[in-house]
Amino acid sequence: MAELIPTQPDPGHEDDHHHGEQSFVSKYLLSTDHKVIAMQYMFTGMAMALIGGFMAYAFRMQLAFPGMDVPFFGIVTPANYVALVTNHGAIMIFWVAMPVLIAAFGNYLIPLMVGCDDMVFPKINRLSYQVFLVSAIVLLSSFFVEGGGFGGAWTTYPPLSAKAEYNLTPLGSSLFIGAVGIEFIAFLLGGINFITTAMNSRAPGMKLYDIPMVIWMIVIASILFMVSVGPLLAGAIMLIFDQQLHTAFYDPNRGGDPVLWQHLFWFFGHPEVYVVLLPAVGITAEIITVFSRKKLFAYRTVLNTAIGTGVLSFCVWAHHQFISGIDPRMANVFTLTTLLISIPIAEMMFVYIATLYGGAIRLTTPMLWALAFIFEFLIGGVTGIFLGASGADIYMHDTYFVLAHFHYTFFPIAIIGTYAGVTYWFPKMFGKMMSDRLGKLHFWGTIIPFNFIFIPLFFLGAGGQHRRIYDFQNFPALAGEGMQDLRILATVSLVVMLGFQVVFFYNFIISLMRGEKAGKNPWKANTLEWTAESPPPHGNWKVLPTVYRGPYEYSVPGREKDYWPQDEPN
Amino acid sequence: MSMVAGSQGPDGLEPIDRTVRKQVVPHGVLGMLLFVLTEIMLFAGMISAFTIAKASAPIWPPPGQPRLPVEATALNSVVLLASGVALILAHRAFHKGNRSAMLRPMWVALALGSIFVVVQGYEWVRLLGEGLTLFSSTYGAFFYLIVGVHAVHAFGAIGLLAMATTRLQNGYLTPGFFGATEIFWFFVVGVWPIVYGVVYL
Ligand code: HEM
Ligand SMILES: [Cu+2]
Repeated sequence: MAELIPTQPDPGHEDDHHHGEQSFVSKYLLSTDHKVIAMQYMFTGMAMALIGGFMAYAFRMQLAFPGMDVPFFGIVTPANYVALVTNHGAIMIFWVAMPVLIAAFGNYLIPLMVGCDDMVFPKINRLSYQVFLVSAIVLLSSFFVEGGGFGGAWTTYPPLSAKAEYNLTPLGSSLFIGAVGIEFIAFLLGGINFITTAMNSRAPGMKLYDIPMVIWMIVIASILFMVSVGPLLAGAIMLIFDQQLHTAFYDPNRGGDPVLWQHLFWFFGHPEVYVVLLPAVGITAEIITVFSRKKLFAYRTVLNTAIGTGVLSFCVWAHHQFISGIDPRMANVFTLTTLLISIPIAEMMFVYIATLYGGAIRLTTPMLWALAFIFEFLIGGVTGIFLGASGADIYMHDTYFVLAHFHYTFFPIAIIGTYAGVTYWFPKMFGKMMSDRLGKLHFWGTIIPFNFIFIPLFFLGAGGQHRRIYDFQNFPALAGEGMQDLRILATVSLVVMLGFQVVFFYNFIISLMRGEKAGKNPWKANTLEWTAESPPPHGNWKVLPTVYRGPYEYSVPGREKDYWPQDEPN
Repeated sequence: MSMVAGSQGPDGLEPIDRTVRKQVVPHGVLGMLLFVLTEIMLFAGMISAFTIAKASAPIWPPPGQPRLPVEATALNSVVLLASGVALILAHRAFHKGNRSAMLRPMWVALALGSIFVVVQGYEWVRLLGEGLTLFSSTYGAFFYLIVGVHAVHAFGAIGLLAMATTRLQNGYLTPGFFGATEIFWFFVVGVWPIVYGVVYL
């Protein structure tokens, strides 16, 4: 320990915490190092992404080729179908987007970018991952209990989710809710760490407006999560009581109210979309400034906008309930707030375009991902405006139009944002450069099929195709050839896209083994993580850095270099 | 779960700050504040759900359900509030640096808190006997849910305060740990009058 941080006593490192020789278990499984925990979250998240992607493959095959014996899966029964759809959605949001974007990047980046040696509560941090792992196991185990996995949609609306007579998954439904609840505890523990560390452990000299945008975004996202999750936890307890103890919180025959769940769920659910959105927006900010060698346009505006969006996101939830029998006057209010919330999002997009404008743009792999994020997310945001107008939504609700809308938001966030972040920080994380050629192949192999999956679904949705239907052959109006062709196009594109992910994993492994050495700062970036060794040792720096300026001082006139690291005195 | 990450200063009480930056609020206090934020929203969720159920019911409380012990619980609420006062006294002593004067109010707070949960438990048993159960109506269900969740928090607060007391006796109670304990205790005490007002009255 002494050789790492000679200047400061190091109380964060506890007795059970040795340097030098460590067993595999204590180094990689029981470590309290924020970087190791970040990797645990990241690899678990990626494994869950593969599982979630496989589920999508199975049910999309059924939609394109009904009744087919799907390779590697088998016949998809109706019960399989709904369980796959439900768990696919839940996995992608709660076990992929959240753990990777918030927990993995948050853990990795916060201490490194604010300039400290670890999270302020390292043991709570370790506990957070362990709880998260338990939640993933509980969720996956629900497929193997009697009745199988829950199939009542990731939104788990009662009465379907509350009564085993209806959903036919007496245990699966409770394991599903239970897993989500356990997972929230993990993120609660994580969020407390993220916010406390970012506020309390910044390097000397780092003022609030010197914090890199991605850190602010993760902090704001954590706050949003913590404020929104309480009511959902309350609702989840009530739902599990209804399921297992047969109470009547949501049972209208016995004085309960099923719509109550929808309110509790969406009061959480809408802020949740910003919880995952904001970190991706932050990652993009880091990348576009570095690869256009420009200062982030209107740093304070971006920050204030993010906070404003966060506040507003608590006032839009009932736009998911326009046809749930809510008062039409209330629908008007929520239409208004929903249209309002697209303004700050649009503004952030403009800020990014202004940042890029006139920059010395270098189209590296991470930059391509970041640009794709901006472009694809725009489509998601614009289609959201159609849905926010309650009049249009009454027709569109629960069709594939909604599905395509939110995939144009979630896919850019969870997949494009993650690839942007991983390709950008890979040199720091592993000390090697990734192959740019393979990276670009993977990029185009993902982006092109992605659009071919979801653009057809807008048309199918506008044509009246409803979500969560096992076999459209039973609906003559939806089973025509033109529509079936679109379904086949979407499915084939999905298979192509999944196939191209092999390129990523190949690139990952080959770069780890034979990649060029990265050095400390391969992208010539300003933020503090690039002043540490690649990969950073336990404790991050020998001497913790001091900060002299904001994170985006690129191409400052009168300076020889076109970047100005935050820790350089002048 | 060591809130101070195993750190002790020269007097065995103050943590050594591992960065040069001065903590505006101790880590433990900030962390607990954030946790309590979530807890407040948890109670807000349950209470608003209860209010909606109450407002949309034709008759409330539903016929045939026993009356809640309004007066006895009012008295018990005073006991809980008094525990909060005791903790304020401990707080004063702590910040005057008078650790020995803290011990008594800490024990008093612990004792009052424990009386509160025991009396609540006794009332529950009585109500169950009178036919108010989780299943008898949404009235009963919400009652046990909200009051039960509060009781779980009360147990947690008692555990935390007991830990703080032990630390005090062993001479290593830090401002971070004590601050975190206080915040949680005040949360449990402070949310109770709201629960009482909404559920009992
Ligand atoms: C830019 C502003 C946005 C607007 C105006 C908007 C609007 C809407 C509306 C009105 C609906 C409900 C449609 C219906 O069910 O009939 C909806 C659904 C949805 N949105 Fe958005 N949205 C926006 C951004 C986002 C973002 C950023 C995400 C995700 C990160 C997202 C994810 C979703 C999801 C998952 C659903 C479907 C939920 C379900 O019923 O299963 N949206 N959106
Ligand atoms: Cu929404």
